[in-house]
Order: sequence, then C-alpha cells, then structure tokens
Amino acid sequence: MNPARVSLRSVTASVAALAIALFLGGCGEDEWHGKNITGLMPELEFELIDENGDPVTEEVFAGEPVAMYFGFTHCPDICPTTLARLAAAARRLPESIGKNLQLAFVSVDPARDDPDQLERYTDAFSDRMLGLTGTQKQLRALTRRYRVTFGYEEPGADGSYEVSHSSAILVFDAELEPRLMLLDDLNVAQIAEDLERLLEGSRSDS
Amino acid sequence: MDQLLAFFVPWEFSWPVQLTIWGSLLLYWNGLRRSRPDELPGHGPVLAFCVGVVLMYLVTQTYFDYWSQYMFFVHRGQHLVLHHLAPFLIALSMPAPVLARGLPQPIRAWFARRRLLRALWIRLYRVLQQPLIACVLFVGLIAFWLTPEIHFDAMLNSTLYWVMNWSMALDGLLFWWLMFEHGKRGITPRLGYGTRVLLLAAVMVPQIIIGASITFADQVWFDVYAVCGRAWPVAPLTDQYLGGLITWIPAAMMSVVGALIVLRFWIYSDLTGKTGAAGAPASA
Repeated sequence: MNPARVSLRSVTASVAALAIALFLGGCGEDEWHGKNITGLMPELEFELIDENGDPVTEEVFAGEPVAMYFGFTHCPDICPTTLARLAAAARRLPESIGKNLQLAFVSVDPARDDPDQLERYTDAFSDRMLGLTGTQKQLRALTRRYRVTFGYEEPGADGSYEVSHSSAILVFDAELEPRLMLLDDLNVAQIAEDLERLLEGSRSDS
Repeated sequence: MDQLLAFFVPWEFSWPVQLTIWGSLLLYWNGLRRSRPDELPGHGPVLAFCVGVVLMYLVTQTYFDYWSQYMFFVHRGQHLVLHHLAPFLIALSMPAPVLARGLPQPIRAWFARRRLLRALWIRLYRVLQQPLIACVLFVGLIAFWLTPEIHFDAMLNSTLYWVMNWSMALDGLLFWWLMFEHGKRGITPRLGYGTRVLLLAAVMVPQIIIGASITFADQVWFDVYAVCGRAWPVAPLTDQYLGGLITWIPAAMMSVVGALIVLRFWIYSDLTGKTGAAGAPASA
C-alpha cells in the first residue's frame, strides 16, 4: 500500500470524525426557548445617551442582567408588541430575582426620538425600562457589534418613514456577556421562563 | 463621490480574501509577462479571468457585502456571483498554465519536490472532480447553506459566514473548471462533451426546484433577516420572493450558457479532427 493511499484514508477518517463531532455538538440539549448565543458575540460595549440626555456607557448596566431591544418609537406594530411582551414577562418573574432584571430600549431613529420622547415611550411599558439613543455612528457601532442593522425608508409626503431594525431581544448576563436572542415568535410565558433561568443562573454564579 | 468611495471600503476586511484576489491577479500578470508569444492566451480569456476575479472582490470586499448580510435577495446575488458567474468566467479562461508560469521558480521547484504532497493534492482533487461528487457538491452546498437553521447561524456568526462564502467560491471554481476543461491535458479529469452537457442539465433541475420553492413559499423561511434587521425596509416575503427568483432563473440560465459553450468546444474539436474525449465515457 503506498503512503498516499494511507494518508488519504486517515484524512477521510478525520474528516468523518470531525463531521460526526460537529453533528453531535449541534444536537446537544439546549432547553432555551430563545436562541443561545453564548460565546458567539463580544461582550456589551457602547456609548449612547439616555432618556435624560446624559451620555452613558455599558457600565450603567454592569452587575445585573439586561434585556435590550432595538426599535423606534414611531414603530406601528412590532416594537410595541415586543416591548409589551418583554415587560409582561418581567412582571411575571418572582420578586426576589425579577427586581434584578434591567430593560433597555435603544432607538435607532435619533432624528425623531429625542430623550423626552424616549422617556414617555419607555415609561408606558415599564418604569424600569431605560430608553437609549445616540448618533448614527454610536448606534452603528453598537448594532454592528451584534451583527444586527437598521435602515430608513424615503420619507413620505407627511414626513413619516418606516425604519427597518432587529426584531430580536438581546439578553446579556450580569457580566454583560451576550447570552440569548429572544426571537419574536416567543410568547410571554416562554420569555419569562428564559429570563428566570438566566437570572437564577447569574445569582448562583455570584 | 464620497458615497462612491465609501462603497469601496470593505464592510468586513479579510486578509485571506485580499491576499487571494490581489495575489492571483499578480500571479496572472507575471505569468503573462513570462509567456512566450505562442503561449499567450487571447484577449478574451485574459478579460474573462480579470472580470471574474474582480467580481469576486466586489461582492465580498465592498459595501455590497453589507447589503448581502442584511438582505436575503442581495445575499442570493452574492452567491450567484461567487458560485456561478465569477468562477464560470475564471474557469472559462483556463488560467492554470499562465498562473503556473507566474509562480516564482523556487516555489514551483519546491512543490515539484514534494512528491507526497503533490500526490495527495492530485488524489483529493480527482476525488472531488468525480462527476457525481462534483454535481452533488455543487447542488448540495446550495441546499446546505439555504437550510433555514444553518442559514440562521451562518448569518449570525462571522466565522461561519466566511466558511460559507469560501466554500461557495471554491466549489464554483471546481465545478466550472471540470465543465470547461479543454486544450492541453492537466490533472483535471477530461469528461466527454456529452457527459458535461448532461451534468449541466442535471444540476439545473434541483436548482430550479430550490429556487421555485423559495419563490412560491407563502411564509418566511429565513427569519434571520428580520432578527438582524434589513438593510432597508422591505416586506420579508418580497425579499424572499426576489431571492428565490435569483436562485432559480439566472442560476439555471448559467447551466444553459455553459452547455452552449461546451457544445461549441465539441463542434470545434470535431472540425479540427481532434477527437479528444468527445463522446467517450467519463474516464475519471
């Protein structure tokens, strides 16, 4: 048997082993309702302004988990329903751990969403939801970090325009590492279960 | 003007892509410089090679890549270029002899001395170029990356995204290289012209099925574009519909154009009396 044949066989064997390992890895038990993104993306980092008009960084959330959603206040349907589900899920959490959860709404439409508008909007969903926005550059830096984006339609005759944005809620743990992506097909109970599991995990870690 | 310049700033700069693209253009140019007049390819092949390579660059190392990541139909266009159009043009130009002449002599000599490496490479290459394997790979990769769950992860994870695009480009080169192999024999198996036309027809059918299924789907299969946000507001089903059409019609057309070119080789080889492998069963 010539050496080339032997090597080819061992190469084939290793490729097959790798494929099986990947396949099994992909089938691992994963009980989250949302998508587990642990290790897929970098830790939270941003420079934005909050609903009081003050500059803030990710430090404002450090120490406790945070659920973050990107949208705009003139959003006709997806943003209000998603934020309402998130707020309802947060209210369902047991008081002892639920109080630690932080909620954040990042407007990607700074031209229309000033701090006042943001504050009114987020308070309508939950008094613990913090509204954030920033310059285009700041917003692009943050969205790009999590491989999401946003874009604008040409304004109509009345000056209104549609904004495309991510439909998922990003959840970060207390160390601000991205952990979960809650897609828009989850109901309140499922969101609450995922949040509870994450909050309990971060409590036992500390 | 600023907008035009901004277009050429790579959305995700990649050293491997930059080195491959500029390296192959440099090699080709050097190869042309070193060719004897009777070895020079015509203007057509030189143009086809350069356009093919530049197209690959434009869809991966410009702002086009941003749209591809955040709009399904642009992503389908990117893969049409990476897997069909650009490798089609590159393979049609049969650049191997020119590229080999472009390699610095020490590297050629080094590779010639590595018998085992050479033997391994040729064996692996010939396995990949078995007609059945080549066709399964060609269609299988399209289907694999369009599997909704896999597509989701590929768009979310930057490593997987690059694996996807590289695999499409490399497989495109393999397939079209096998289809357009002619002239002086190299290590690529020489298939009969009839076989090639048959294979081109065979890969067209599953592509039509995949493309048409996406086009006529009444629900969104690829929700990662909603999850990550689209480059600009477009109804998800419209985006998917356009993406399906691109997967279906131009991709299938490339098979037809490829078959016409193979037929031309066939007629030409008959006219010049060089029987080659025309009509012969696939030897590899």
